Amino acid sequence: MVGFRPASMRWRYFKQGAFLWIVRLSSAVIVAALGGILFFILIQGIGVINWRFFTEFSTDSMTKGGIMPAIVGTFYLTAGALLVAFPLGVMSAVYLSEYARGGPVVRAIRIGVNSLAGVPSVVFGLFGLGLFVVFLHFGSCILSGALTLGFLIMPTIIGTSEEALKSVPQTFREASLALGVSKWQTVSRIVLPNALPGILTGSILGIGRAAGETAPIMFTAAAFFVTRLPVSIFDEVMALPYHIYVLATAGTHIDETRPIQYGTALVLVGLVLGVDLIAIVIRSYIRRKKRW
Amino acid sequence: MPDNSIIITNNVNFYYGNFRALTGISMGFEKNQVTALIGPSGCGKSTLLRLLNRMNDLIDNTRVEGEVLFDGKNIYDPDVDPVDIRRRIGMVFQKPNPFPKSILDNIVYGPRLSGLKNKGELHALAEQSLRHAVLWDEVKDILGRSAMTLSGGQQQRLCIARALAMRPDVLLMDEPTSALDPISTAKIEELVEELKKNYTIVIVTHNMQQAARISDYTGFFYLGQLVEFNRTEKIFTAPDMKQTEDYITGRFG
Repeated sequence: MVGFRPASMRWRYFKQGAFLWIVRLSSAVIVAALGGILFFILIQGIGVINWRFFTEFSTDSMTKGGIMPAIVGTFYLTAGALLVAFPLGVMSAVYLSEYARGGPVVRAIRIGVNSLAGVPSVVFGLFGLGLFVVFLHFGSCILSGALTLGFLIMPTIIGTSEEALKSVPQTFREASLALGVSKWQTVSRIVLPNALPGILTGSILGIGRAAGETAPIMFTAAAFFVTRLPVSIFDEVMALPYHIYVLATAGTHIDETRPIQYGTALVLVGLVLGVDLIAIVIRSYIRRKKRW
Repeated sequence: MPDNSIIITNNVNFYYGNFRALTGISMGFEKNQVTALIGPSGCGKSTLLRLLNRMNDLIDNTRVEGEVLFDGKNIYDPDVDPVDIRRRIGMVFQKPNPFPKSILDNIVYGPRLSGLKNKGELHALAEQSLRHAVLWDEVKDILGRSAMTLSGGQQQRLCIARALAMRPDVLLMDEPTSALDPISTAKIEELVEELKKNYTIVIVTHNMQQAARISDYTGFFYLGQLVEFNRTEKIFTAPDMKQTEDYITGRFG
């Protein structure tokens, strides 16, 4: 029988307490870093934010005026990317989760999807340049950029959709099939509707990613400066992330445009956070409603 | 073996991968009678039940040998559509599994997808099915409410009503009361008695009193084989096999 040893107990309490503080501190550092970045951008950028910043073209070699064309361009590119990636991604996820049985082909597809998620975004940019801009002769335009961004966010959409489909209880599928309902009807009437919230959450996160990327669009869609809004999908557009990049690196008035750079960053961050917030709200709403 | 069988299995073997879960099962399920399948866990009784409406098709890497004749036709013939089989042979599962839809939508889900569109007919069918499942009086005023708000016993009767709405010939029940309290269990047992007037019922149960109370025929399974199959009184009063007697008297299992 081992006796009770208060000294060793004290050591254990100390370790437990210390560990708790380490994890607390780690979380605090992360929150502080995120908060710091947001605060910094807010302070630096808030000065230029006014109604005209959202509604006007840039003027005076981009040192004055607004960023309206970049906002419009990012909207088109993101919407286009979603239009490409959502149907393809969801359908692939349905195939992987509901139809594909094991085997080397399916494993290869899964590995492909996962590796695609890890490919640096600039590689997507070069791929888009090679395939859409040059080989297919689309040129640098909304179409090329949207396709490239679509491929970039496809793995996210496939991954979250597959996860959402898998989280639909197997008993629902069995119940439906046992009623003599066909596989496709079961997928479309029972599985997809119940997975939809998760699928939407993933897609909204994909939107945030597509809106914020620079590298995939710099060769495929983004223009340094435009004097008119796009009228077709074969027009070049300005875009928020690329606009920041251009102002900060390539202009002739880098210091004068500093406030606009931060203002643009603030708009972009606000946009992405806003979109993510929508995803969070949907998710929590669904969690409350879910009963299985 | 019963002579008025609606389903007959002929020398059926079933494999999960290389593991043989059922060996040489030959038995008949008599029309408008209740047949109970009993035996210890893992003896293959649920596997056999799920073979009868091809639910085992959903599991990868499984294989069936022998034939399962339903109305004289082998349901494992290549020209048979399992969807048709499942329409005529319904199933109720161990855990109540209503859809996260309203009570009414749960019932009319199957009929609607097999082509019945008329609202009045669907509603009449729902009422009739719920009455058959002895649930109508409890839910008639809350048909629009989510099925998930019902109690476990009510959910299970809803699942039975949902299966009945397809007007099947046979109802397979896989331990339908094992997740329920005694009062709900009693209700389901009464219901089974009532249902056999119109349906053939095959029920898997772990509860031997239940098998004795509600079934006309009982099959005892052990290690993937059908040890003994006979009228229920005979099985529970004078079984032919020593193993059967040991199991029903609680000496193993």
